[in-house]
Amino acid sequence: MAKVLMKGNEAVGAAAIKAGCRYFFGYPITPSSEIPEYMAKAMPEVGGVFLQAESEIAAINMVYGAGGAGARVMTASSSPGISLKQEGITYCAGAEVPCVIVNMMRGGPGLGSIQPGQADYYQSTRGGGNGDYRTLCYAPASIQEIVDYVMLAFDKADYYRNPVLVIADGMIGQMMEAVEFKDREKIELPPKDWATTGTGGKRKPNKVNSLYLQAEQLEIHNKRLQQKYKEMEENEVLYEAYGLEDAEVVCVAYGTTSRIVKSAMKLAEEKGIKTGIIRPITVWPFPYDVFKEIGPKAKGILAVEMSGGQIVDDVKIGIEGRLPVYFNGTTGGMVPTPGSILASIEKIAGGTK
Amino acid sequence: MEEKVIMAGFGGQGVMAIGRLLAYAGMIENKHVTWLPSYGPEMRGGTANCAVVVSDEPIGSPLISKDGTAAIVLNLPSLLKFEKEIIPGGKIIINKSLIDAEPSREDIDAYYVPANELAMELGNSKIANMVMLGAYLELTKIVKIDSVLDAFVKVFGEDKAHLIPINKEALLKGAEAVKTYV
Repeated sequence: MAKVLMKGNEAVGAAAIKAGCRYFFGYPITPSSEIPEYMAKAMPEVGGVFLQAESEIAAINMVYGAGGAGARVMTASSSPGISLKQEGITYCAGAEVPCVIVNMMRGGPGLGSIQPGQADYYQSTRGGGNGDYRTLCYAPASIQEIVDYVMLAFDKADYYRNPVLVIADGMIGQMMEAVEFKDREKIELPPKDWATTGTGGKRKPNKVNSLYLQAEQLEIHNKRLQQKYKEMEENEVLYEAYGLEDAEVVCVAYGTTSRIVKSAMKLAEEKGIKTGIIRPITVWPFPYDVFKEIGPKAKGILAVEMSGGQIVDDVKIGIEGRLPVYFNGTTGGMVPTPGSILASIEKIAGGTK
Repeated sequence: MEEKVIMAGFGGQGVMAIGRLLAYAGMIENKHVTWLPSYGPEMRGGTANCAVVVSDEPIGSPLISKDGTAAIVLNLPSLLKFEKEIIPGGKIIINKSLIDAEPSREDIDAYYVPANELAMELGNSKIANMVMLGAYLELTKIVKIDSVLDAFVKVFGEDKAHLIPINKEALLKGAEAVKTYV
């Protein structure tokens, strides 16, 4: 298929439908409103269901229902809306309901602002709801990656029977870039013989439930879930990294900020400072192992995020105390500039050469 | 080659539209492109703007922040707001029909285009935006006019194809208007 120019939010919808999603439940919120807008138009054209729920909480519970019946289903929102969905997400995790949740993050906390943010990192990577659960979480940095990883998210959700998050920010949601809908490798998926599709009087009813009144049974269930998360940690880590071997400063950033970091890296190169980048594509599981590839010339790690420094924890785990970790971030909907990141790089490298 | 251009004006002047046309045309020519609209509360003040990057290489930041190579401004608030976002030696294309002012900086090149008058000469004031885009393309040659016309139906739909000729004329009028500078 030829390339088309698409907004990030539209690309989320188009990719979901291409991946076989036929149910979308949501409630609009800036800067992700174009997702339900797109779905309202496109879902009826493919015989799917678009439903604007009365609230975010209702929407995620509709997702629970459709996912529990074995359908490919998605919801999308922005930060405060995603907070409202946390109860439903932990229920989906507990009951092992596959679904895809997209968060176009904005400035927080609380109702915050409508401009881009990345301060939902803890919520996305540590599990925003109660209980011991994890959600695979993709952080695309371009509209093409939105398309690729939203489609992959549906396969992974079904493969693991787990909610999968896709987090980007308002800038990626609103931006337009060229995208191509490539043919994908088919992943062998297990049949959904657990789904509540009606017994037809021929079998015992399936149950999709996260309630276990017997503690022993819940622990057995939890151990199996933990095993599943371990498998994700082993098999699902995705990242982009380059320049690590001879970098004086290694930057770590995802999504929009990784693009700004790359602009700053070019400016640093012009000043004779060697830099490298680790860009997590999955923020959970986090690419801890790639930090081992950082060469001996490195003087420090610079984490960049539109937050107060949430990603720094994972960077510190990855570098295991071998190098100092610095942070350059903006909050509230402000976006860092290449110039400010360059200044941080120069400081860590010890000034302009 | 990388062009980072801000397009700004009142809501309704079609700045988002010419931004999308430029981005689409760049894509048709196999360049890397980004189009980033303003969507924050600043839009509520009546000015709309978008940032378009067209590049031979993958694009880092889609934001323009003091590193624009050019600005196309259709009204006075846009001139005042965005002249400071351009690099020294950058270009600013000013809609002379509505802006009776000059940039306060002397280290950027200003080009004055009476876009609304030229559009009226073609009988349609709505295409002042296309006159401005034509001037910009003449000065930068970043994409061909033909690519913009190919992009036209992609952006506005097949049912607007009958408007291609008048839009082409508008682009050419804009180009003509800045030829005296070159």
